[in-house]
Amino acid sequence: MITRLRHHDAAYLAAILFLVLLSPPVKRALEESMTIQMLVQIPLLITVGLLMMRALPASVVAATSDWNYRGISGLVLATVTSTFWMLPLSLDAAVTSPLAAVAKYLSVPLLIGLPLALSWPLMSFVIRGVFLTECIATFFRLGWLYLASPERLCNLYMLDDQQRLGHYMLWIGAALFLGIVWKLIWGRFDSHDGRPDIASQ
Amino acid sequence: MKPLLRTLFVSITLILIGGVALSAVTDRFHAFTSEAVRRIAVRQHPVDVPVVALDTQSGARINISDLRGKWLLVDFIYTRCQTYCAALGNEFAQLQGKLAGPLAQGKVQLISISFDPAHDAPRELTSYLQRSRSRGAGWLAVRPVDPAGLAQLKRSFGITVIPDGLGGYTHNAAIHVVDPQGKLVEIVDLEQSDLAMRTILEGIER
Repeated sequence: MITRLRHHDAAYLAAILFLVLLSPPVKRALEESMTIQMLVQIPLLITVGLLMMRALPASVVAATSDWNYRGISGLVLATVTSTFWMLPLSLDAAVTSPLAAVAKYLSVPLLIGLPLALSWPLMSFVIRGVFLTECIATFFRLGWLYLASPERLCNLYMLDDQQRLGHYMLWIGAALFLGIVWKLIWGRFDSHDGRPDIASQ
Repeated sequence: MKPLLRTLFVSITLILIGGVALSAVTDRFHAFTSEAVRRIAVRQHPVDVPVVALDTQSGARINISDLRGKWLLVDFIYTRCQTYCAALGNEFAQLQGKLAGPLAQGKVQLISISFDPAHDAPRELTSYLQRSRSRGAGWLAVRPVDPAGLAQLKRSFGITVIPDGLGGYTHNAAIHVVDPQGKLVEIVDLEQSDLAMRTILEGIER
């Protein structure tokens, strides 16, 4: 879906989405609950970054790939940055401190979404597999933590909100896992470097 | 092979930068929640308690700076609270017993500050102390006189209050230790009041 967008369409879409997310009423609404901040606001900010990649000229994309063998640099950057935004203290700070809010609105699109979008086409079957497995594990780990913690991890959010988020994260982890199992058994794998599909029978 | 080496270089650099940044934010991987950050921060850099006017349970008007020279044990409450504040009330009542000596000598003061001043008039504050079985001596229940004072107190003590959707509030409940110079030096959990007491007793002996 995203791949078929033309350059300027993607740029417009990214800009509009970003401005909507930035508008104070939307920002406030999305930060009202921990669940919505983590499962709606942050993913939408990542989407802004994914769209930005479509807006980049091909020459820029090619230049980054010299430093991004099989997408590994981009993956490392996105992982390090997302670790930061998974800390409960960052979720609080992003709402209470303007500096942290600016850091979030810039770093999530530019240091998570954009590098992931640049890396994904370069990633081999194995690296994609490691990345997705780590995603699933992270959803389970965080989900379990939020569900099991008897204490509020964010001073801004209620315990029942935190536990609901935990539940949803476990469900998302499970859905991702089933999706990958489905893909491995019945899916097609179009390898980027022209080799034939590595689909199992 | 060149892109591979470049990628290795970039990735290792990113991991190092990320590690340093995460370590800085989490206080060397000790604090992952804002509550932990707040507690470590005051221990390392004690915070000046602001000058704020307060109404006490007896209707007297005092300023929190009038209490300089004493060690203060401070908690934040609202009197309609059924959960945390009730537990805080019990804990303070026990501290009142354990610290009876220093309280009688005027070296220590217990003070419960309401963050719901619109509702918590002196009458409500009095009944909160009664419900908590206060023995009277050395325990004040107060409310900030004006909203600006409340905001200053919340900011300097790091108190976050959120409506719980049922007409009440959820807040980060803790026991705060203020030294005789008027500096917030320690924040401990409700269950760790022994730590707060030890800080005070050691401070008095010194």
